[in-house]
Amino acid sequence: MQKIHKILIGIAFSPNLKPNLFEAIRLANMFDAELVGVHVGVKSDEKKIELKTLLSNADSLNKKMKTIWKEGKPVDVILQTCKEQQIDLLILGALQRENLLKYYVGSIARKITRKAPCSVLLLIKPSIVRVACKHIVVNGLQDEKTEETIKTAFFVSKHLCCNKITIVEEVSQGELHVKVNDDKTLRKANIAKERLRNRENQRVKHILEKIKNKKIQVKTQPIFGKRGYSIGHYAKVKRADLLVMNAPNKLGFFDRIFPHDIEYILSELPTDVLIVK
Amino acid sequence: MKKNTFKTFLNDIPQNIFSGFVVSLIALPLGLGLALASGAPPISGVIAAIVGGIIVSLIGGSNITITGPGNGLVVVILTAITALGNGDMQQGFLYTLAAIVISGIIMIILGFLRMGSLGDFFPASAIQGMLAAIGIGIFAKQIHVMLGNLEAKGSIIELLIHVPKGILNLMTTDDSSMFYAGLVGIGSLLIMIFYSKIRNRYFQLIPAPMWIVVLCVVMYYYFDKFSVYDYPINQKLLINLPNNIISNFAFPDFSKVLDIKFINAVFAITLIASIESLLSIKAVDKLDPLKRRSNVNKDIRALGLATVISGFLGGLNVVTVIARSSVNVNNKGTNRSANFFHAIFLIAFLLLFATELRKIPLPALAAILVFTGYKLAAPENIKKVFSIGSEQLIIFLITLFTTILTSLITGIIIGILVTFIIHVIINKDILLFIKNILKPNVLMFKEDGKYYVSVKNFSSFLNYTKLKTKLDQIPENEEAIIDFSLCDFVDHSVMENMSNYSESFSRKGGHFEVIGLDDSKSGSDHPFALRKILPKQMVPIEGVLTKRQKSIQQISEEMHWKYNAFSTQEMKKLPTFGYFETRKIDKISNVLSNKDCTIFDVQFSEGELIAKQVIKATMLYIHTIKTVPNFTLDKEGIFEYILDFAGYTDIDFDTHPDFSKRFYLAGENEEKIRTFFTDELILFLESNKQYHIEASENGLLVIGKGRLKGVKEIKALAYFGMELQKKIQ
Repeated sequence: MQKIHKILIGIAFSPNLKPNLFEAIRLANMFDAELVGVHVGVKSDEKKIELKTLLSNADSLNKKMKTIWKEGKPVDVILQTCKEQQIDLLILGALQRENLLKYYVGSIARKITRKAPCSVLLLIKPSIVRVACKHIVVNGLQDEKTEETIKTAFFVSKHLCCNKITIVEEVSQGELHVKVNDDKTLRKANIAKERLRNRENQRVKHILEKIKNKKIQVKTQPIFGKRGYSIGHYAKVKRADLLVMNAPNKLGFFDRIFPHDIEYILSELPTDVLIVK
Repeated sequence: MKKNTFKTFLNDIPQNIFSGFVVSLIALPLGLGLALASGAPPISGVIAAIVGGIIVSLIGGSNITITGPGNGLVVVILTAITALGNGDMQQGFLYTLAAIVISGIIMIILGFLRMGSLGDFFPASAIQGMLAAIGIGIFAKQIHVMLGNLEAKGSIIELLIHVPKGILNLMTTDDSSMFYAGLVGIGSLLIMIFYSKIRNRYFQLIPAPMWIVVLCVVMYYYFDKFSVYDYPINQKLLINLPNNIISNFAFPDFSKVLDIKFINAVFAITLIASIESLLSIKAVDKLDPLKRRSNVNKDIRALGLATVISGFLGGLNVVTVIARSSVNVNNKGTNRSANFFHAIFLIAFLLLFATELRKIPLPALAAILVFTGYKLAAPENIKKVFSIGSEQLIIFLITLFTTILTSLITGIIIGILVTFIIHVIINKDILLFIKNILKPNVLMFKEDGKYYVSVKNFSSFLNYTKLKTKLDQIPENEEAIIDFSLCDFVDHSVMENMSNYSESFSRKGGHFEVIGLDDSKSGSDHPFALRKILPKQMVPIEGVLTKRQKSIQQISEEMHWKYNAFSTQEMKKLPTFGYFETRKIDKISNVLSNKDCTIFDVQFSEGELIAKQVIKATMLYIHTIKTVPNFTLDKEGIFEYILDFAGYTDIDFDTHPDFSKRFYLAGENEEKIRTFFTDELILFLESNKQYHIEASENGLLVIGKGRLKGVKEIKALAYFGMELQKKIQ
């Protein structure tokens, strides 16, 4: 991604609209991007007025906002608009509320993120007043997309004035090839872990060399655990403000039944999540 | 490195032979007794111990465990023999042997599948309840045998109700054989009960069960050789061993393999054998003086193979047993050879003393089992469970009664269900469990040299293995922080395990800290967040001083020492002494101290689980400024000759023959010890009361008789300490 010209936000007239909208406007200004709003439903004067009053309370936009009114299935309309408008970033407000609602929002978010042609930002607690972003956690998986994702994380943190990035390398337990049984295997496992840790850090260091970075404090953290799940857990434990992840590879039938990687994060949303495409 | 360990192994062999010998003394009567209680031929228990000792010591994964027939299996095997034999005990035994062989094969498979963690799926209180039920089962059946009545039959409850009638029956019986047998039984029980109260080293050298055997044999020879009367106990009430022990093996009968009763028996035997072994291996690891970690899966495989072989030879299941392992540790067993030698000594006993063994009355063996059964179901256990929480008592009691009224398997299944239901009720939320049970809820990473583990959602017996596999990857000499703050619920089983980890970390020099439980969400909302068992010491009750405490206080004033009856301070140095390597310190109290000397009462325990003995003793700790070489100084006696024989060397001083004769001195660095023991010090030690003295780097520990001291003795100890300290500086 690394450059954001157009940001899309879905407008649903819910109590949440105001924080969502304010958050989107702020982001658009920070990235100096154009904001596009799409409402799935019938265009009416009532809605128009409501939107207008909301906008008048918000910060003024650098670039004028474009509003699209369209009927159809929410998921389809949003995805279609992304394509038509050549959107770079799609913002979805996912509320952390009652279990059922969270699940429902989660399921729409899942559907969209699976198919979205652009990057997706999931906000779990959009707020009307700005909450500064202080710590970004980004995945450092061994994947071809990772380099791009890490670069994006740096790009985002520059614009959000965030000065701490942690790159989490998740290493699957299976890569150890040693099962801890007694003192001897424990020693072996720890040596193997140290080696893997160095390997991972080396790999990430390689990527970091290509990025010009002065102000941002960077830390690498290898974790042995389930992919996708541990990074979410880590972001939560560390109270990170944004989690930046690779977009999922094409998911097969079995991936949906046995959730993994991004699916874990989507089902639990530890913090705001940016999925980079 | 490798060569070195082999060398230590060889060096340690003599002391392991000794320890194996002591263990075999207890294994022989227990093997016979457990087999009898199972309704199997007595020899089958000894076969299990022999096969287990040899096989598991060769290919097992643990270091100081002893293997053989287990308590837990008594009830299961008895049920299997009765059910499969349809009244014919002999035929039933052959069918059961087949079930034992197959359960051994299943255990080998479980070991290969790394299912050693299976034992973690059982909630702690349910297992407690099941063990108590087994204890009651053994107790109910064996108390009648102990009273000389072999015919008692019926359900566990009926048997218990008939106990008073049995006692009355014994007192009014005209059958003199039964009467005398009952007397022997009651006498044996008294030996079992009072054995641990007598802290005499020579008496304690032979384990209580062996005393019973020895006394029985002595009694027989008395009647045989000296008395005009005949041996009053009928042949029927004596142990029946085959005439030719080496060639008369029973062979399993596999013809009922597809019978539902048979499959049931296999299932029950495997379940109990693996639970008992897993519990014991875990508990014994806590006692290991060298602080090693057992390879549980390897051990399970070895136990499985041993069980298969034992079954084919007509022996019972082989499991890891806690009581005998504890004896092994207490007698300074350090490696697997102890288990091996215990088996060798058992073979020797069978070959040399078969005639004598045939003279042991059954009630004597039953008394040993009555005591074991009581220990399993002791009221203290119930009290302990209750102190953890009333809901734990509910789980415990439901499991206990279902097990007694139905069967072990139903009992444990009900126990698991009840635990789960209680967890759901306490949380008023079933979704918490259903939604999160399969999620990998544990995150572990290393940061600034520390291990940080965070647990999410809930942590209970259902998903404890996930936490356990992570925790097992942390070396115990490192620092670990376990954070439960993202957890909505932590259950008792997990908390108990956390406290065990904390213990083993502090034993091995690491640090294990549990955090995140004191915020109100997981703390006060859920009484299950059992902070109760986390603190290492019991909180002392501030209250009225006893007479002894008042007197000690008086001494402290006379001598200008400080006295604190309810000291919460921990003696950090204590675990560094060799004496406490295999003993667990529970509590320190009545601390009387001046600048460098501290006299205190210490409560510690030897052994684990049912073999646990709680001991209170008064000791003196002297803080020394200059470093002291490690040594042990003790009264010389027969005990030390045996130790000498077992490879320890007594450091003797040619210039002080009297001291050398009276004192037994041992330590690693002989040269340093020789320079440390100046003429003046030796003279002082010679002219004073003999204490057991141990030295570690910067302190001396003076132990008297291994019991609490009276006021006068404390005074003497204090003066001894002050003088000794002067001599050293």
